[in-house]
Amino acid sequence: MTTTSIAAPPPPVETLEPRRKPRPKTGPGSIIKYLLALFFLIIVLMPMYVLIVTSFKSGADIGVTSQWSLPETWTLASWEKAWNVLRPSFIRTFELAVPVAIISSLIGAANGFVLSRWRFPGADVVFTLILFGMFIPYQAVMIPLREIVTTLGIPPGITTLVFVHCVYGIPICTLIFRNYYATTVPEELIEAARVDGAGLLRTFGRIILPISMPGFVVTVIWQFTSAWNDYLFAIFLSNTRNGPITIALNALAGAQSPDYAASMAGALITSLPTLLVYVLLGRWFIGGLMAGSVKS
Amino acid sequence: MRKLRHWGPGLLLLSPSLILLAIFVYGLIAWTTKVSVSDEHNALGSKGFVGLENYTKLFTEDINDRFTHSLKNLAIFTVVFLVGAMFFGLLWAFILERGIKGEGFFRTVYLFPMAVSFVASGVVWRWLMNPNKGENAGGLNAVLGGLGLDSLQSTWWTNPNWGMASMAIPAMWQLAGYVMALFLAGFRGIPAELREAAAMDGASTYRLYRNVIFPQLTPVALSALIILGHMSMKMFDLIMSVSGPQWLTEVPAIYVWQTLLTSDYAKAAAISIILLLLVAVVIVPYLIYTNRAEKNA
Repeated sequence: MTTTSIAAPPPPVETLEPRRKPRPKTGPGSIIKYLLALFFLIIVLMPMYVLIVTSFKSGADIGVTSQWSLPETWTLASWEKAWNVLRPSFIRTFELAVPVAIISSLIGAANGFVLSRWRFPGADVVFTLILFGMFIPYQAVMIPLREIVTTLGIPPGITTLVFVHCVYGIPICTLIFRNYYATTVPEELIEAARVDGAGLLRTFGRIILPISMPGFVVTVIWQFTSAWNDYLFAIFLSNTRNGPITIALNALAGAQSPDYAASMAGALITSLPTLLVYVLLGRWFIGGLMAGSVKS
Repeated sequence: MRKLRHWGPGLLLLSPSLILLAIFVYGLIAWTTKVSVSDEHNALGSKGFVGLENYTKLFTEDINDRFTHSLKNLAIFTVVFLVGAMFFGLLWAFILERGIKGEGFFRTVYLFPMAVSFVASGVVWRWLMNPNKGENAGGLNAVLGGLGLDSLQSTWWTNPNWGMASMAIPAMWQLAGYVMALFLAGFRGIPAELREAAAMDGASTYRLYRNVIFPQLTPVALSALIILGHMSMKMFDLIMSVSGPQWLTEVPAIYVWQTLLTSDYAKAAAISIILLLLVAVVIVPYLIYTNRAEKNA
């Protein structure tokens, strides 16, 4: 069976593809099937529609009763306004998500390699203890975490968040790489290296890292997305002046009398990077997970 | 000595992570637990030991039964969210599994909300779930009105009794696609021979699914339930974004945050630990089960 289960990321596209293309049949059942599929397609896209049309509206055009109508006049004013508000945090979020993605992946690769090959006594228990870390509600560590940050005099903001995301990203990255190495790296390769007298570190650096690309693609995208979309750590450890974009968006959209058009434009700006990653690299992402999370 | 040489380098590579997790997961949980049994109710904090008082007070002396109210909200949210996301996820997977043109496109669209943050999607859902009805209706109520289903118009999350059920709608929207992907992988992981054997035996399509295919999907369903269930218990971003912190939609994860704003560290810690225990009850058996299943494989 699969261990996809443990990891929250979606399962691989290859395992989603039908093995034999079943010939789409015609008939009453088939019509219902297509109608249902289209119906749900529309439902899923509905919020996106409202986001997009509202973001191009202005003035009296923006109202609860006219939510579904197209803009009377299309304008970029709200996009401009949202961008001006969000720009600093947009840049800061890159400064957060990019280092997090890279550092977490490197740590994950090292851990995953050790845990997939070096079955030291108690390795299973250690692995389970590591995994538990990704399921905890972070509120359970937040109070002391804040105290540490304050006591050490570390300023709130991106640096603190990078560290925190890297630490709490260790479990998922370790899991992805462990499963990736367990399924894709043949035992003989490691054995050959061992016979040649290469130690663990050299085996990892010279032989394993170069063939780890698919694993890296998965963890980089995963960690980038979680850091980008995070709100919980952000609200505890930063503020609108030094925090990531989710905080800034929440401030923009949650104001007393929010500007709906600007909020919607802001929500789209906030989602753009992760949506781009999903659309452009979706295949890679999901394809890499195939190696990463399915045990044969 | 030889043992050390054999395991040493691996452990060395692993140790920074182990130390970090030991401190930042287990150490900090222990610290939170310690705060939760202290009387640190303000920024000054006397830190005397009060035993389980903070815990019992949550259930017996909390003003307006605020904590039990937040647990009730969480229960309603979780049940509706799990049932809904599982139902739609399975249905979508089933539709796609039956073979459909443009499957890849449907799959991509069904799954895309996963790439959006709860904070961003909350912005639009807050507006879609506008409580105005009739003439002034907007969002979902306007759609229902347009379809002539005025009686289904709702005050959504602002309803004091069942508002939390509405709060589950955006959560379903966001994660039903993920359940679909899990089930679809499950469907496609079923050996073709099984289907063929059933067809040879003359099983009807209904019996094929009922007796052969669905039983094979039980492990997938279990995983999906556990992953969604633990996400549900931790739900914070979505509710903060749709309704903001307020009584009607308060769940424990938000109660912690609100309590911290008043510097009542002991109480906030007690709620956090209860939340942790709720999640652990679900996750720990699952981790042990997965570990065993893997060993037997």
